[in-house]
Amino acid sequence: MTPPVTTTATTAPSRHPAAPPPDPSTPMTVEMRGVGRSFGSVPALADLDLHVPSGRITVLLGPNGAGKTTAIRMVTGALTPDTGTVRVFGLDPDLDGEEVRRRCGVVSAKPALYDRLSGRANLQYAAELYGLGRKADRPILDAADRFGIVDALDQQVGGYSTGMKTRLALARSVLHDPELLLFDEPTSGLDPESSHAVLELIREMTAGGRTVVMCTHLLIEAEGLADRIVVLDAGTDLLAGTQGDLTRLYWPPNLVHLSAANQGALGCLKGWDGVLAFTPVADGRPGVAEVQLDDLDRLPDLIARLVSEGVRLTRVEPHDPTLEDLYFAVRRDHRERLAATGRGDHPDGLAPVPAPHRPPPPRNRLDLAGEDER
Amino acid sequence: MTAPAISPPPPATAAIRPARRRSFNRARMFTVMRTDLRQLAESKDFWIPMVILGGFFFLIVPAIMLSIITSIGSVDAVQQVAQALDLLPQSAQQAVPQGVDSSAQVSYVLAVYMFAPIAVVVPLTISTAVGASTIVGERERGTGEFLAHSPADVREIYMGKLIASLIPGYLTTIVGFGIYSLVVNLLVGRKVGGWFFPTASWWLLILWVLPPFMAIALSLVLRLSARVKSTAAAQQASGLVTFPLILIAYSQSTGTLLGSGTPVLAFVIGVVAWIIAVALLATGFRSLTRARLLGVANEQ
Repeated sequence: MTPPVTTTATTAPSRHPAAPPPDPSTPMTVEMRGVGRSFGSVPALADLDLHVPSGRITVLLGPNGAGKTTAIRMVTGALTPDTGTVRVFGLDPDLDGEEVRRRCGVVSAKPALYDRLSGRANLQYAAELYGLGRKADRPILDAADRFGIVDALDQQVGGYSTGMKTRLALARSVLHDPELLLFDEPTSGLDPESSHAVLELIREMTAGGRTVVMCTHLLIEAEGLADRIVVLDAGTDLLAGTQGDLTRLYWPPNLVHLSAANQGALGCLKGWDGVLAFTPVADGRPGVAEVQLDDLDRLPDLIARLVSEGVRLTRVEPHDPTLEDLYFAVRRDHRERLAATGRGDHPDGLAPVPAPHRPPPPRNRLDLAGEDER
Repeated sequence: MTAPAISPPPPATAAIRPARRRSFNRARMFTVMRTDLRQLAESKDFWIPMVILGGFFFLIVPAIMLSIITSIGSVDAVQQVAQALDLLPQSAQQAVPQGVDSSAQVSYVLAVYMFAPIAVVVPLTISTAVGASTIVGERERGTGEFLAHSPADVREIYMGKLIASLIPGYLTTIVGFGIYSLVVNLLVGRKVGGWFFPTASWWLLILWVLPPFMAIALSLVLRLSARVKSTAAAQQASGLVTFPLILIAYSQSTGTLLGSGTPVLAFVIGVVAWIIAVALLATGFRSLTRARLLGVANEQ
């Protein structure tokens, strides 16, 4: 029998898991290797490796001060690295900055709009700087229409709401049909409805094959949006990959949380066919266990058998770690690694990581409590 | 829209990158200039006080003073002032109309040698006020981020902003001295035998000497604006930098007129000022970097 495995965020491995290497066959729009940049004595980036595959949404996650904005600024060549190399479209932004920047669209955390000008004048300014010339009425109208601000185009931007400003900034970023979109916390300051609308627009934009890099510290935004996640902290990349890849680094597959009203009844699962591991949850709750199956399709049969053997199940919950679970697991792991190397007090901006917690109810949770009551 | 395959870059550091010559796009420079001017036109809180300032020195003060002097005639007070004209250099005295009453002579001297040199300060003040906030203002509003990520070269941004700051000053010079000429000629001209202002030296001062002085002041102010942290600090610092320049411009304009009475000195001063201005402008763009547009600390 496979030895029991310990699971959930409570038992994330103490060793930093190896990040999956980028697939060499995937074309990369952005490649950073060993990039470092300091402002005075304060390091903003330290040995950052960043790979952004073409045509995908890459989300940079990290706390404030993790280096997300600095990384975006490196991509366009707005800042140059002290060490390391940056390649965007195969070009060095420091040498071929004009071409790189012409092929990028940027929305910064602050919309960076000219409040005294109208929305149309703001777009016109961008159109001219990005080489569309002074006769850019059609692209301006198209971009404004796409983001629902056509009616407000002739109003002064100072009178726009935060949501309208963000929409205008988004419209400006796609005006010149860029290949790479860089969004630095684009939903900052927006209400949930506007945030959702903006994220939908971002998702739509990648449908045309654009590459998107988005910075956020809001995990809920990245969930379901990101094709690739890069967790940053203290200016370096802790981990990168798809959410699925990264989840598998921290949790074994096919985990199920089971709860039963009769204590100890779940122990019968040990040795059952298809059960790879059985671990009673050690948090003082009797009748609660985690089970790893070889295949989740076994779950209905397993439930039926448990019920037939008199186990009164109150909850069956396939473990589906959220991005939040993953993020905190990564950061906790990083913190433990720092502590192990005697750098626990390193001023790397690490905020205290929340205590281990149960993941929120997953979308496919099967709650049998009601049936049990019947 | 897929990116080209990327070969592994060499493990070079940023410090040894070869420099690449970048082209200068005039269209983008003019775009920056136009946008800055458009914003200025929308900033009533800026240009209304400036219009009042210009109106005070170009219109109100000379109109009131010259009206009083020309209307009261040769009273004792005017006679005493007229005697002071003897203190003027010989060349300047020769330029004062002879055979007219003393109030007309005093009015002429005030119009040419006093009010006009003072008014020179106005366009310099306006241009430096615009220039002081032009770069640091982008940073404060966050729009510097937009410019830093744009394809525009920093030289194009710098020159666009410089021209946008110069234009209000030049415009003030032309319009202001146009109004001033109208006022003094209407009030004093009929008493001194016809329209007299601008004199030959003043034509040179307005068109040849003042522009480089404004450019010198602005090139210094823009350097400051690129470095300081706030518009308020830029305004303070630019005052310190431009005050000596204003004094020089004032003293040169009066000194040229009083000292020689001929346009030759004004022309020579203009040549020297233009050489300095061009040298400062040619190197001024180095003060502007994308890092400074972003406002990051300890930028290179």
